[in-house]
Amino acid sequence: MPTTRRKQVHLAAQLPGIHNVTAWSDPRSESQIAIGSFIRLAQTAERGKFDFFFLAEGLRLREHKGRIYDLDVVGRPENLTVLSALSAVTTHLGLAATVNATFNEPYEVARRLATLDHLSGGRSAWNVVTSYDAFTGENFRRGGFLDEADRYTRAAEFLGLTRELWDSWASGDLPADAERDEFVRPGAGHFAHRGRHFDVSGRFTTPRGPQGHPVIIQSGESDAGREFAASDADVIFSKYNQLDVARAFYRDVKRRLATYGRTPDMLKIMPTASVVVADTDEEAAAYAAEITRALVSPQTAIAHLEAVWGRDLSGYDPDGPLPDVEPAADAHFLKGHSVFRKGRGETARQWRKLAEERNLSMRELVIEVNGGQTFIGSPRTVADAIDHFVQTDGADGFVLVPHLTPGGLDDLVDRVVPLLQEKGVFRKEYTGKLLRDHLGVRAPEYTARPVGDEKETR
Amino acid sequence: MTGSPLHIAIALDGAGWHPAAWRAEDARPRELFTAAYWAGLVAEAERGLVDFVTLEDSLGLQSAAFHLPDDRTDQVRGSLDAVLLAAHLAPLTTHIGLVPTTNVTHTEPFHLAIGIATLDHASKGRAGWRPQISSRAADASHFGRRTTPQLTADDVRDSELIAKRLRPLFAEGAEVVEVARRLWDSWEDDAEIRDAATGRFVDRDKLHHIDFDGTYFSVKGPSITPRPPQGRPLVVSLAHASTPYEFAAHASDVVHVTPHDRAGTAAILGQVDEAVERTGRDVRDRPLLKFADLLVFLDQEPGAAARRKSRLDDLADAELASDAQIFVGTPSGLADLLLDWSTAGLDGFRLRPGTLPHDLTAVTRGLVPELQRRGAFRTAYDATTLRGHLHLPRPHSRYAQGG
Repeated sequence: MPTTRRKQVHLAAQLPGIHNVTAWSDPRSESQIAIGSFIRLAQTAERGKFDFFFLAEGLRLREHKGRIYDLDVVGRPENLTVLSALSAVTTHLGLAATVNATFNEPYEVARRLATLDHLSGGRSAWNVVTSYDAFTGENFRRGGFLDEADRYTRAAEFLGLTRELWDSWASGDLPADAERDEFVRPGAGHFAHRGRHFDVSGRFTTPRGPQGHPVIIQSGESDAGREFAASDADVIFSKYNQLDVARAFYRDVKRRLATYGRTPDMLKIMPTASVVVADTDEEAAAYAAEITRALVSPQTAIAHLEAVWGRDLSGYDPDGPLPDVEPAADAHFLKGHSVFRKGRGETARQWRKLAEERNLSMRELVIEVNGGQTFIGSPRTVADAIDHFVQTDGADGFVLVPHLTPGGLDDLVDRVVPLLQEKGVFRKEYTGKLLRDHLGVRAPEYTARPVGDEKETR
Repeated sequence: MTGSPLHIAIALDGAGWHPAAWRAEDARPRELFTAAYWAGLVAEAERGLVDFVTLEDSLGLQSAAFHLPDDRTDQVRGSLDAVLLAAHLAPLTTHIGLVPTTNVTHTEPFHLAIGIATLDHASKGRAGWRPQISSRAADASHFGRRTTPQLTADDVRDSELIAKRLRPLFAEGAEVVEVARRLWDSWEDDAEIRDAATGRFVDRDKLHHIDFDGTYFSVKGPSITPRPPQGRPLVVSLAHASTPYEFAAHASDVVHVTPHDRAGTAAILGQVDEAVERTGRDVRDRPLLKFADLLVFLDQEPGAAARRKSRLDDLADAELASDAQIFVGTPSGLADLLLDWSTAGLDGFRLRPGTLPHDLTAVTRGLVPELQRRGAFRTAYDATTLRGHLHLPRPHSRYAQGG
């Protein structure tokens, strides 16, 4: 039998805490904001030799019918700040922050990510997201100015400029040589960039970090998003955690890399997934049903239908049939929630059809469309399923979202990870210090400083 | 010594405050961008029971003249984001306050507010914030969104002139601080209810839009981050002239000033008090603590500190110049000075070590025991928050009923 190494699984853990993925009513559920919760989750992920810990972002609290949406977990930290704290209590785990490119400037984003890279010894990653949402823009002095069509051109230029800033310091730019009285090399940090979206120049403050460039993550399955990832990202997240659609996505994205002179292994594809583990498959299935139900309270069911229907449905029974009225034409009930942003009429038709076919109540329908857990079963069942998914090119790994804070990773790390390790598809120990080492993705070739009076000549 | 014990803060910056500090004998210039370097310094400061450390920062490379970039290679250049550095230090410490500097001219107020709130959560109530305007026009080109006044050589000869030219930036900065405070208040302390019966995680009557609509910008709110442990993290500012005194009167909980003797201290504090009166701030409700900044070279052996400083001056090829008074001498001599100046009405001092770690260690192991012997400094931390160390009350949210 040939001894070819099996394809390796990559795992990330996401702190839950937005949308109804957190079972906050569970008595074991603890604070979503206390630093202790973050430390516990991150240290559990590191104990499980995960590639990285990931935080999503939402820069405005969602509103429903003109008031703060109160049915899900609300409240989160500033991502890079809390990850910098975690960099002090972890040693190998990658630390990935979502940072919005619309409401930030490249100089600051580049600087903050380079800082996290220094503080963590080379473990930083950036999930590049954009927004054209005027609702969120109301929290920012610049407002929500971006046209939807400009999202990816600006994001691409933003990322390119950020890379120029990271390259504005060469690795030898800090001799700190007291004998020669030279702390810094001439020209370190010089940059100049003129493009459609940015016209900036000057000196960058932060020396090159251990990774050179932090790991770049793209999330979003649109054609433009796939192209952006294929051209310039190290990891792409997706929502495709069902094997057939995941494999189609995987093939499509990987084939795009050649256009940019990149090989398929240079971009890792990691769908979001959730796991429910118990001693037996039957127990796990029962537990999963319980969780799924806990995630959709009667009030949540009504709110989701209201968001799609654009009407006040508070008079309806969540355990009764769908409302007998048609959706309102233009109301936008749930703001700041991308899922319901468009196509409400079509969504309502689909939901009504599904409810009628399956004889579902309002709550049952929302539970159904909300989706269940991805991997459910005994530790063996779950490990086999994860391995199969990766070996058959549905993914390179997963971003796992536990449903409990902060204990939601414990079963996975204690019971599933050892089985993956036994199969030889997941690391037993970290073999490198950098997140790029864990993921097996190289930083782009260093490009010399764009301007500067002292170019490297040797 | 009678009256209240002193408060002591340490200003950390690069290799220390002398431009040639990185060439001092015990300097570690190759480690300035490592987490371990800073962790070691802050651990030492905490061992010395000081109230807080400040971390300098700027959105541009350091320069010899503060208003003009330069191409010098013989001084420390480069920096880490101070808020993130402070956050990294938070889990490594237990009592000391952490006060990063941020820019309030180019950075979004919302991001600043949630960053400092998160630092307060990460440190369990030890966050402060030093908001600083961008006084260098060149830094604006890093962002390409606006221009800021270019100071001239004439301007910088006089701190009043500087402040006058930068007055609109101070006014804008005061709005940034106001927005941050409102965002910190925008979650009442008991907003999270987790009421399974009604399915509600929060009581939305306790989350508030701030609807800030100022001269320079508007921000809707509420914050995305729950109310910080201290309610409102401590705001600290450095001030050299009437406009920044007014900024402090509006915005700060602690103001750092730069007198050069006891009489000068009294004069400056008088100006600060006038600024407080002009703004109508009620200091019984919102106290304003006053610290004096000093740049210090300390050695137990008489004459040793002067020799060290003189060697660094030689290396720098210039005598050290500073906005703050420079003290060169023994810990006991410095203790005399602090107790003398404090009679003019100071609550404490921020000490800028000439070199690191030498002059920090001289503070924690020389000055602090000296002050303790004189009954002028704590012998143990008696609080776990920065407001607690400074005996400042925890403010109620302005939006709370009866708050």
